[in-house]
Amino acid sequence: MQIKPYKPRDWKSHPPYLYEGYKSSVKRAPLKRLVPMKQTLSEITGPLFGHDAVQPGDDDLTRNAGTGGEAMGERLIVVGRVLDENERPVPNTLVEIWQANSAGRYHHEVDQHNAPLDPNFTGAGRCLTNEKGEYRFLTIKPGAYPWLNHPNAWRPAHIHLSLFGPSFVTRLVTQFFFPGDPLIPLDPILNSIPSKSARQRLIASYVHDVTEPEWALGYRFDIVLRGREATPFEEPGR
Amino acid sequence: MKQTPSQTVGPFFSLGLTRKTTKVLASDSTQGEKIRVEGQLFDGDGQPVPDAMIEIWQANAYGRYNHQDDKQEKPLDPAFMGWGRSGTDKTGLYWFETVKPGPVPGPDESVQAPHINVTVFARGMLVHAFTRIYFGDETVNETDPILSSIKNRARRKTLIANREDKNGKAVYRFDIRLQGENETVFFDM
Repeated sequence: MQIKPYKPRDWKSHPPYLYEGYKSSVKRAPLKRLVPMKQTLSEITGPLFGHDAVQPGDDDLTRNAGTGGEAMGERLIVVGRVLDENERPVPNTLVEIWQANSAGRYHHEVDQHNAPLDPNFTGAGRCLTNEKGEYRFLTIKPGAYPWLNHPNAWRPAHIHLSLFGPSFVTRLVTQFFFPGDPLIPLDPILNSIPSKSARQRLIASYVHDVTEPEWALGYRFDIVLRGREATPFEEPGR
Repeated sequence: MKQTPSQTVGPFFSLGLTRKTTKVLASDSTQGEKIRVEGQLFDGDGQPVPDAMIEIWQANAYGRYNHQDDKQEKPLDPAFMGWGRSGTDKTGLYWFETVKPGPVPGPDESVQAPHINVTVFARGMLVHAFTRIYFGDETVNETDPILSSIKNRARRKTLIANREDKNGKAVYRFDIRLQGENETVFFDM
């Protein structure tokens, strides 16, 4: 069987498992060397989600709490394209997002930050990319929030994203930030990424063309997943 | 183009990812032997990791993946997609109800022993980790090309789930250790 493998994980773009500035990584980072594996059928296949994975309204976080009310906060339209390293669009792939509310609090029992909850905001959404690899969410701008990593630690405003892509190895969980946020240079989670240019790629752009008059501000965050190698593995003896 | 960097799922991922979970992969009409796979996730202090998520991807009982790049002439099972997602609970426990996968082709005309592909995410993990579950009662594990490629033989056993029968049901136990002497083998591929 001919296997067209995916390019390796780019460890100049991804953080290491262990980054001491992010305290929770210290006891949870695998420390032994990863075992290299040549991709097989198990790695180049992966789950595919159909339209039944997404309900109408799942992409509108301002209203999908199901209360009939609208979330408080600065309305945002978040758009982007999901591409692979070869600049090919990744169509029909599931994008799941989650975020804090406009006051910087998650609708989650573990979050005890003393900031108000918004009954009209659960902070989760999902959609499928279209044929061009495009996605779009309507949401509100998340607030910054404190955490216990170090004294006076605050996370910059961010939205988490989870994507699958076409195979088991194209999986990605990441988060994006907003341009000009003064907390960005202080964030150990973002700073765990080794190269400055790679960190920069997690900052969305404000796009005035996406902004809708009298309604909502537009931001763009494009995502690049692992792409295929140009040549398949050749089986010996053929 | 360069890959978008990975970031941790953080402490609140259950909001977006595990409110609706997919721990039951097999229904009454799914072909194959019904099994339960369960285990705990432990950190470097041997403490359970309660804020983690495990995803699995596997072939059906015939050894075919439900994906267009699997062009084998084995049957697809309309009652089996092959993907599951489970959060961990306070004791670090995850579980899936699934079927035992069949063998699938490996490199250079080899055959891979039945296995389940696993992705581990957690607060504190900046990048997800890839591993595999093999089944302790499969003699073909001895010739599996991926297991055999792990040079340190002692570490191979970290990928073997042992079978116990509980109330007439096959339960495979697969604990995952992120660090320590028995750190689970994680792959780079």
